[in-house]
Amino acid sequence: MSDGLPPYPPIDPTTFDLIVIGTGLPESLIAAAASAAGKTVVHLDPNPFYGSHFSSLSLPELTSFLNTHSTPPPNPAPPFPSLAARPLYSDVEISDFAPELLRSHSREFNLDLSGPRALFCADKSIDLLLKSGASQYLEFKSVEASFVGDGDGNLWSVPDSRAAIFKDKSLSLREKNQLMRFFKLVQRHLSYKEKKDNGGGGEEEEEEEEEDENARVSEEDLEMPFFEFLTKMRLPDKIKSIILYAIAMADYDQENTEVCKDLLRTREGIDRLALYQSSMGRFKNAAGALIYPIYGQGELPQAFCRRAAVKGCIYVLRMPVISLLTDESNGSYKGVRLASGQDIFSPKLVVDPSFVVLSVETSPLDPMHEQFRCLTVRDVKGKVARGICITRRSLKPDVSNVLVIYPPRSLYPEQMTSVRALQISSKLAVCPEGMFVLYLSTVCDNIDQGKRSLKAAINALVTLPDSESPENSSKIQSGIGEEAEPTLLWSGLYIQELTMASLSS
Amino acid sequence: MHGRPRKSSKPEDPAAEAAKAQLIRDLQSQLLANHHNKIYTKEALDLSAELLSKNPEFYTAWNYRKLAVQHALDSDPDSADSVLAVELQLAQRALVKTNAKAYGAWHHRRWVLSKGHSSLDEELRLLDELQKRDERNFHAWNHRRFVVALMNRSDEDELEHTKNMIEKTISNYSAWHNRSVILSNLMKKKVQEFSQKDQVLAREYEFVREALFTDEEDQSGWFYHLWLLDQTVKSESPLLVSSWPGHGAEVILLRGSYSLDGSFASPFNIYKSDSGMLPLILYFNQAVKGVSSTTVTVSLGPNVNKDVVWKPLSAANSHVARVWVAQLSFADVELQSLEACSVEVTIGESSGIFSSSGCHYSHPSRLAFSVNVKASRTESGGSDLEHISWGNENFHLWKPHNLDLNFVPIDQLSIKDAHEQAPSTWQAEIIAEEIKHFRDLLDCKIGKLTVARLLTAHDALISSGTSVHSEEILRLYGNLMKVDPTHSLYYKDEHSLALLNQLTSRRESLLNHCFQYVDSASSNDNNLICLRLNNLSLSRLGSLEKLLWVEMLDLSNNELQSIEGLEALQLLSHLSLSKNKLGSFTALAPLRQLKAVKVLDISYNEIGAHSIDTTRYLCSSPLSHSIESDWDCKEIATDGVNVANYWEAFFVLKPLKNLTQLDVVGNAIADENFRLFLAKVLPSLKWLDGGS
Repeated sequence: MSDGLPPYPPIDPTTFDLIVIGTGLPESLIAAAASAAGKTVVHLDPNPFYGSHFSSLSLPELTSFLNTHSTPPPNPAPPFPSLAARPLYSDVEISDFAPELLRSHSREFNLDLSGPRALFCADKSIDLLLKSGASQYLEFKSVEASFVGDGDGNLWSVPDSRAAIFKDKSLSLREKNQLMRFFKLVQRHLSYKEKKDNGGGGEEEEEEEEEDENARVSEEDLEMPFFEFLTKMRLPDKIKSIILYAIAMADYDQENTEVCKDLLRTREGIDRLALYQSSMGRFKNAAGALIYPIYGQGELPQAFCRRAAVKGCIYVLRMPVISLLTDESNGSYKGVRLASGQDIFSPKLVVDPSFVVLSVETSPLDPMHEQFRCLTVRDVKGKVARGICITRRSLKPDVSNVLVIYPPRSLYPEQMTSVRALQISSKLAVCPEGMFVLYLSTVCDNIDQGKRSLKAAINALVTLPDSESPENSSKIQSGIGEEAEPTLLWSGLYIQELTMASLSS
Repeated sequence: MHGRPRKSSKPEDPAAEAAKAQLIRDLQSQLLANHHNKIYTKEALDLSAELLSKNPEFYTAWNYRKLAVQHALDSDPDSADSVLAVELQLAQRALVKTNAKAYGAWHHRRWVLSKGHSSLDEELRLLDELQKRDERNFHAWNHRRFVVALMNRSDEDELEHTKNMIEKTISNYSAWHNRSVILSNLMKKKVQEFSQKDQVLAREYEFVREALFTDEEDQSGWFYHLWLLDQTVKSESPLLVSSWPGHGAEVILLRGSYSLDGSFASPFNIYKSDSGMLPLILYFNQAVKGVSSTTVTVSLGPNVNKDVVWKPLSAANSHVARVWVAQLSFADVELQSLEACSVEVTIGESSGIFSSSGCHYSHPSRLAFSVNVKASRTESGGSDLEHISWGNENFHLWKPHNLDLNFVPIDQLSIKDAHEQAPSTWQAEIIAEEIKHFRDLLDCKIGKLTVARLLTAHDALISSGTSVHSEEILRLYGNLMKVDPTHSLYYKDEHSLALLNQLTSRRESLLNHCFQYVDSASSNDNNLICLRLNNLSLSRLGSLEKLLWVEMLDLSNNELQSIEGLEALQLLSHLSLSKNKLGSFTALAPLRQLKAVKVLDISYNEIGAHSIDTTRYLCSSPLSHSIESDWDCKEIATDGVNVANYWEAFFVLKPLKNLTQLDVVGNAIADENFRLFLAKVLPSLKWLDGGS
C-alpha cells in the first residue's frame, strides 16, 4: 500500500520523551502541552493531513476517509504487540444529487468530520486557546442565530436574551414574562454564588439573604432533576423545551427518565445556562453565544500542532506505526516501529482512540499488562449519528450561520434524543459561494434510531430532490419560488462510535 | 454610564501626570495669548488643535477656533470646504478619542454644520458609532435631532430608528423618549399613517407591552406607557366640568334675617347673603385663561349683565385657573318678589378662553338656573351668631324629608350639554384592553399601580356618574401602601382621591356623609347641612368639582398636609380641619380665597412644629413670593410680642373678614402671644378657642 508514498527520510534523533500518534484534537493538545513544558515530542499521523477524525476535508477526501475508516483493515498477524486502526465509522450512506456541479468545486470544501461543532464563547477551551497562544492561528465568526424546529419545518428563534425575548413573535406576553423572570432568578442565583465563592459573606450580606428568599435556588432544588425544577417554576412546556435542549443543550429526553442517559440536575442545568449567558457578552463582535472557526473545525487541532511545533515538537505525517516495541527483558513498552522501518524510542506513548493495541492475549495477571499502563478503551458509551448536507439556499433568508435544535419528540413521538443541526455558509470558507453546509448529529442507542432522527430532521429542513420524477420536483421548486426550503445537493450520513477512554489501574 | 459603575481612571505615574498638567497649562496660556492678539497662523491653529485633543472641555479654545474659521472665510471664501472639514475632523477626534460628552466639541460640530458647507452623511455614521458605545449619550441624541432636521430626514425613518435602538436594549430611555417626541409630531401633522390617533396609540400600546412583559423591572417602558395613557385620556381643549349654581337649579337667595320655613326647599340651593351677592362658580377640567365678560355672557332675565367681573381662583397670582368665580348682584331685585329671576350663562361662544397650552375652548356650553330672592327689610344685626361646636353629638344623619331626591346637587352639577362630544368609546376600549393584559402582572408593584391607574382612567372615561372599579382601585392602593412603604405617601394620596371619587360619584354614598347640624344647647334651627368627610385617612383633596355647593365641611381627623383645591368651595362658611397634619399657615394658603368663611377650626395640627417649613418647597406658590404691602410689623405690634414670626398667619387669615370663630389650640404656634396677635388682626373674631 505504501508503494506510492515518497521514501521516508529518517527521523533524527530517535529517542524522545513522548511519542504521540494521531493528530486529533486531544492528541494535539497533549503534544502542545508537553512541548510547552520542555519535553521532546514526536507527533505522528498516518494521514497526509492534520486532525485525524477532527479534521476538515475536501469532498473527495471526506468520502474516502469515511469509507476507509468504516471497514476493518486487514489484520497482519502480529509478531509483536501491534497497533491497528479500529473502524470508527459505520453505515456510511452517501447520496450525490449534483455530481457534476460538486466535482467542479470539490476542492473548495472544508467539511468537518466531527460536525456539528461550535464553541461557546465562554467555554474553557476558548480560555485555553487564548492562554496557549493557539488563538493567533485562528479566526472565528459568530453563529448568528439559533432556532428550535418542529416536524412541520417551522423554526422558532431561541429567546436567549432580554432583547431576543422582547423581539420574539411566537411567545405570548405571559410566556415572555415567565421566561425573563426565570432568567433573572438564575442571574440572582449566580451572583449570589459568586459572592459566596469569593468569600464575601459578611454580616451585611447575610441579612440581605434573609430579606429576599427568591435571591437564589435552594439546595433542595439544586439536587432535583432540572426539568422538575422548571415545572416547579411553572414554565410552560414550550419554554421548558427551549431551556433544556436549546440553551442547556441536553441530549436525551429529560422527562423520560427510563431512556435518559444524561439527566440534568438543576445544579448542572444552571451551570449550563450560566455558560450560555456569559458567552453572550464575552466578545464584542460575536452576536450570539456560539462561534465557529473560519476554514472549519479542523483548524483547531492544527493550531495546537503549530503551537507544539513552535516549541520544538517534530511532526511526521503519512507515517503509520506498525507495531509497539517492548523491552525483551520485562516486556514493557520502549518504542514504536514506523512504516518506514525505523524504530524510535520513548518512555511514554499517547495513541489516539481509533487505534487498538493488538497484543498477544493479555490477562490481568500477565506481566505485560502491568507494564503496559496505557489508555485503554473502556467502554463504548453509545453512538452518534452524524450527517453532512450540502445545500443551496439558506434555512433562513437573512442569516447564514445558524444552529437548529430539534428537541426530543419534536420530529416524531418516539424521538428520544435531540437533534442538532448547524448551517455554515461560504462566508466561513467551508464551501463554494452560494452553497451551505448543514451538519447534523444526534446521539443514539442504535443505528436505525440515529438515522431515523437525522433523516426526519433533514426532511424538515431541506427539500430532497426526487430522483424518480424529476418533473415533479422541478414543479415544486418553481411553484414555491424563492421562499422554498434549501435544496439538497449532497448528503452523507454515518454512525460514529463514542468511546470513553480512561487510565486503567 | 447608565447602571454601570464608573471605573476610576488608571492611576498614572504622578510625575507623568504632573508633566501632562504642565503641558496643558503651557498650551492654555499660549492659546490665550494668541486669542488675545488675534493670531490665526497655522502654528497657532495647530497649537489649539493639540490642546483640544488633550482637553476638549476647554471652551475658550473652541471659540478661538470659531473666530479663526471666520477669519479664514473672510479672507478666502473659496477655502470654506477645506477649512470646515478640518474643524469637523478635530471635533470628531475629540468626541471619539477623548470624551464623548464634551459640550464644546458637540457645539463646535453643530456650529460648523450649520454653516451648510459640509456633507451630513458622515454625521449619522459618527452618531451610530458613539451610540454603540453609550446608547443613552444625550449629547448624541440631541445632535441626532439637530442633524435630522438639517437633513430633512423623515420622521418615519427616525421612528424606525428608535424602534431599532429599543430592540437592541429595551432600557434605552432616550430612544423611548425620542419616540414619544416623534410620534407627537406625526400625530399633530396628521401624516397619513398617523392620522388615526386610536390606531397609532393601539400600535404603540402593543409595542411597549412587549417590553413591559419582557422585563417588568425596567423603568423605561413604564414611562412610555404612562405617556401613552396620558395621550389616551387627555382632552386637548378645555371643558367645563361643573358649576354652581348648576344647570336647572332653583336657587333661593336669602337676604337679611329672613328665615325660611324649612320644609319646602332643599337646603342645598339656599344661599344666605346680606348684600344680595350670589357667587357663580365655573369649574374647568384644566387651568384656563381668558374668562371674562366677553367670553362668558351672563343674562339676568332679559338683560345681559356686562359688568360681571371674573376672578381666577389660583394659589398663584396668575390669570390661569381651573376655577373662576363671579359675584352676581341681586341687591336691586325687588324684595319679596314672587317671580324667580332666571339667569342664563353661555360660556365660550366668542373665542378667548384657552388652556395653558394654548388650546381653544371649543365646546360652547350654556347654563340656566333661577334665583328667587327672599329678603327681610331688617338688616341682620348679627344676632343669629352662635358658637359652633363640631362635636359628634351635634350632627344627625340628614334624612331629606322630601321624597323627591332630585334636588341632590350632583345631578345638577354634571354638565350635560348638547355640544359636548359623545364620549369617545375608543379610549375606553383601548384602556379596557390594557387592563385585561396588565391583570397578568398584578404580582408586582408596578403592575398593581398600573392597573389602578388604568382602572381610574377607565372609570373617568365611561361616565362621570359612576365609578365601577372604585372598590378594586382602593384595594390596590391599600395593598401597595403595605408592600411598598417607601412610596406609601404617594399611594395614600391616590387612595384619598379614589375614595373621594367613590364617595361623591353616587347620590346614596354622598348622602351617607351629609349631616344636619343641630346644636343641642340651642333651640335655633339654623338649617345647616354639613358634609362630614372626617376619619377617612385623607391625605389629599379631590373631586371638589362635585362639592361646590358645600357650606359646612368637616375634614377633621384626616392626614391632610395641604388643602390644595379647597379654594373652589366658594360657598364655604364653616370649615373644620382639626386633627390633620397641616404643618404651617403656608399650607392653608387656599383659605385666602374663601372669604365667606365664618367658622374655622385648625386645632390640633402641626402648625409651628416644624422649624423648616417643608411645604414651602412643595407649594406651587410660596407665600414669600406674594407678600402684600399691608404687612406692617409696627402697626400690629403688641406689647412685648415679636410678631415677625406670624407674617404667614397674618397673610392667610387677614382676608377672612367674616371670621367669627377660630380654633387654633393644639398647635405649637398657639401660645398666648399668638392669641394676642390674632385678636388684633381679626377684629371680627368672637370666639377664639372657644372663649370670647
